[in-house]
Amino acid sequence: MADKNNQILEEVTGSDYKYGFYTDIEMDQAPPGLTEDTIRFISAKKNEPQFMLDFRLKAFRHWKTLEEPKWAHVDYPPIKYQDLIYYSAPRKRPKYDSLDEVDPELLETFEKLGIPLDEQKMLAGVAVDAVMDSVSVGSTFKKTLAEHGVIFCSFSEALQKHPELIKKYMGKVVPHTDNFFAALNSAVFSDGSFAYIPKGVRCPLELSTYFRINAANTGQFERTLIVAEEGSYVSYMEGCTAPIRDENQLHAAIVEIIAHKNAEVKYSTVQNWWPGDKQGKGGVYNFVTKRGICEGENAKISWTQVETGSAITWKYPSLILKGDNSTGEFYSVAVTNNKQQADTGTKMIHLGKNTKSTIISKGISGGKSNNSYRGLVKTTRNAENARNFSQCDSLLLGDQCGAHTFPYLDVGNRSSIVEHEATTSKISEDQLFYCLQRGIDMEGAIGLIVNGYAKEVLSKLPMEFAVEAQKLLSISLEGSVG
Amino acid sequence: MNTMHTTLMKDKLLELFETEQQNIRGNATPMVNRIRKHALTRFKTNGFPTTKKESWRFTDLTPLLNTEFAFDFRNQSKSTDIEKIFTCDVYDLDTYSQTLLNGWLIYKHAPLTKLADGTIVGSLAKAMEVYPDLVDNYLGKAAATDQHEMAALNTAFLQDGLFIFVPDNTKVEKPIQLINIVNAEQPVFLQPRHLVIVGKNASITLVHCDHSLTHNISFTNTVLEVFAEEGAKVEHYKMQNKGRNSALVTHSFFHQKQNSRVSSNIITLNGGFTKNIVEATIDGTNCESEHYGLYLVDSNQHVDNQLNIDHRAPGSTSNQLYKGILDDEAKAVFSGKVLVRRHAQQTQAFQNNKNILLTDEAKANTQPHLEIYADDVKCSHGATVGQLDPDAMFYMRSRGLCERTARQMMMIAFAGEVVQKISIDALRARIQNMVEKRLKGELSICEQCVLHCNSKEPTSFNIDLSKL
Repeated sequence: MADKNNQILEEVTGSDYKYGFYTDIEMDQAPPGLTEDTIRFISAKKNEPQFMLDFRLKAFRHWKTLEEPKWAHVDYPPIKYQDLIYYSAPRKRPKYDSLDEVDPELLETFEKLGIPLDEQKMLAGVAVDAVMDSVSVGSTFKKTLAEHGVIFCSFSEALQKHPELIKKYMGKVVPHTDNFFAALNSAVFSDGSFAYIPKGVRCPLELSTYFRINAANTGQFERTLIVAEEGSYVSYMEGCTAPIRDENQLHAAIVEIIAHKNAEVKYSTVQNWWPGDKQGKGGVYNFVTKRGICEGENAKISWTQVETGSAITWKYPSLILKGDNSTGEFYSVAVTNNKQQADTGTKMIHLGKNTKSTIISKGISGGKSNNSYRGLVKTTRNAENARNFSQCDSLLLGDQCGAHTFPYLDVGNRSSIVEHEATTSKISEDQLFYCLQRGIDMEGAIGLIVNGYAKEVLSKLPMEFAVEAQKLLSISLEGSVG
Repeated sequence: MNTMHTTLMKDKLLELFETEQQNIRGNATPMVNRIRKHALTRFKTNGFPTTKKESWRFTDLTPLLNTEFAFDFRNQSKSTDIEKIFTCDVYDLDTYSQTLLNGWLIYKHAPLTKLADGTIVGSLAKAMEVYPDLVDNYLGKAAATDQHEMAALNTAFLQDGLFIFVPDNTKVEKPIQLINIVNAEQPVFLQPRHLVIVGKNASITLVHCDHSLTHNISFTNTVLEVFAEEGAKVEHYKMQNKGRNSALVTHSFFHQKQNSRVSSNIITLNGGFTKNIVEATIDGTNCESEHYGLYLVDSNQHVDNQLNIDHRAPGSTSNQLYKGILDDEAKAVFSGKVLVRRHAQQTQAFQNNKNILLTDEAKANTQPHLEIYADDVKCSHGATVGQLDPDAMFYMRSRGLCERTARQMMMIAFAGEVVQKISIDALRARIQNMVEKRLKGELSICEQCVLHCNSKEPTSFNIDLSKL
């Protein structure tokens, strides 16, 4: 049985990346290297207002004073920031009236990804703003959204049409001085998404953005900003797949969420960038700063993430619970395989009274990968009756991988209750035995157990995403899930 | 400013090392001096740990180094009538007692005694002369001077401390008690060094008490190395009940061979600044390593417990349970780490840290970390910071108990989980009594001190129940 087991694990952890393809579209690129001129070039290309350029330059000057952080439990060769291309945009940028006008090659790419751009998917009620190498190429459902006063567009478009909103909110949650990668993003970000939900509006659609990294040697630096005004609600989905490229690609994104009084934001991510091959060659470096703030009373933000890709993940979606009675949630499934490394978790900063946060993190490591949970729960002196519950479980599929847990609990007042618990184990022999004894084969059994293990998090995903997330899990754990 | 203190102190120590070389080296073996030299180089490079270092992030040494410490490296190990200085007030605790005064062993008859069962107990400085091979074989093998700056400093300046050697298959009947007394007119900086070697299938119980007789500022940087050979059994109890002017940095390094069992218990009742570093290296199969801790701190006391369990071999079990009650502006840090290496399959490791905060000014930082590279393991950890359970409180109130009594009972029960792990009856009763007194606000450190010096400064640390 052990042999069979090993063989299945081998299959599970040894499968090839399914989304490896490369779209040949002409690119408009900035020359490699990072100087103030590069930044001026990007800013000019995008026809940005002056305040934006000033912000970028300020961030760049600050970035030059910083050193790359080394504390994460990951290991990678040094990144040559001067060899990267910081801007690349598809050269043809037509305004589409219908899908027929879209570059067929691009449509084919989307087809492979299953992006719901076609009519049928439209009926599914998903508005898609697909970002292909940093520039927005397609958008749907604008009309429905506009009727409700919801703004959902690319960051560049928002800069042209709603500069006052960008100026008001950009950098408020993640300042350019926040960390090395945030400073880099602030200086060179190319595009991203902007969503604004006006007061009292319940966004009728689930907003969805698909990011793809395409050209070799370009870092993708998106910036997402979501503002939910008083009493509004939005569910935002972000999903990513990247084609196989040989060189490591740097991805340093920023996501900022602001939830005002009584607002609720649900942010879901499925990330499946190329993790590199079995020898650990190539793959995406995913260094992302995500942070939300519950600005007003009773606000709620929840992060749900399914992380299956990237060679290196360095990502801590965080929440600042500033408004009294505000709620924060973090649900995560992180799967690492082969030589992938993930150092991910969350930060919950309780500032307001009666604030609540929940952290559920499930790590699954296979192959020679390393999977770490790193999280901070902090309650300050004034955060009376703050409540946190954290649970971080790790599942090990093989004896060459590692699973680590690094929680930090800083409690600064007597009325708050903070709890953390974590377990690490392999798939239970008893559970396997039970499944086998019921006539389920080994593959099915492992699939069932892993699926059940991640269920708590998967069930938090929006419907459309839950299906995709399960597919991704099954690709990562080929042959065992389904 | 702060960096200045540390640099000044570092330079002073390095200078002292040069000028006092003759005294410091004493009769140490060439091997020990080689270890000493290596440690000094480490200290030269790394200096004192700063808050920039992860394991010292919440514990800042620098303000403590701003004192003009007096140093005396002359051998002060001597024969004295110990009873005149100190008697242990656990009357029915029947032990072989050993006393350290300001870092040097003081004795009634001889610095090194051979008990009837062959166990050697006494001064480390003397042991280096009499049993150089034994010392050379073990000293410095467990204390990781590359990772721990303060252990490097201790190793560079090591002179005296407790030495115990238990031969194979020997069961030491009575516990060995080490009483570490600080009695100085001036602020002192002491670095005792203890070495405990427990042979195959031998067993020993060690009770380690820290006391200060004066209220002067003192800084004690201790390193204890315990080697548990195959099948050995070691119980280690450490009581810390010191004045608020005292600073303690304590390292306990346990090196465990196959089938050995180590149980360590650190109880901190008082102390201005306390940092305990416990490191257990499990180097054989079938070991058990248990680590318990209790800290009851108030005023502006600071206690930091850092645990590091390194599972290098398969099939062993480790357990950590640290509990604390924090009052006033006290601050507690817990950083536990369990490392399970690739080959350490079938490891079971558990880690738990529980804190109760009584005021809004008290602060708890806890970091229970797991680092696991083997798949067939069962590891779990948990940490909680909170208050007394309101449901339990309601239950007790509904049974007619007044709030004050109910609170005390619950706190005593909370602490009891750790106290119950003490296996020596007399000691457990005594600690239970002290904990109860402490939680009722009746325990002062003067009670521990036979001098009853009637100090003008009141030294009782009451837990103010009105704040509960």
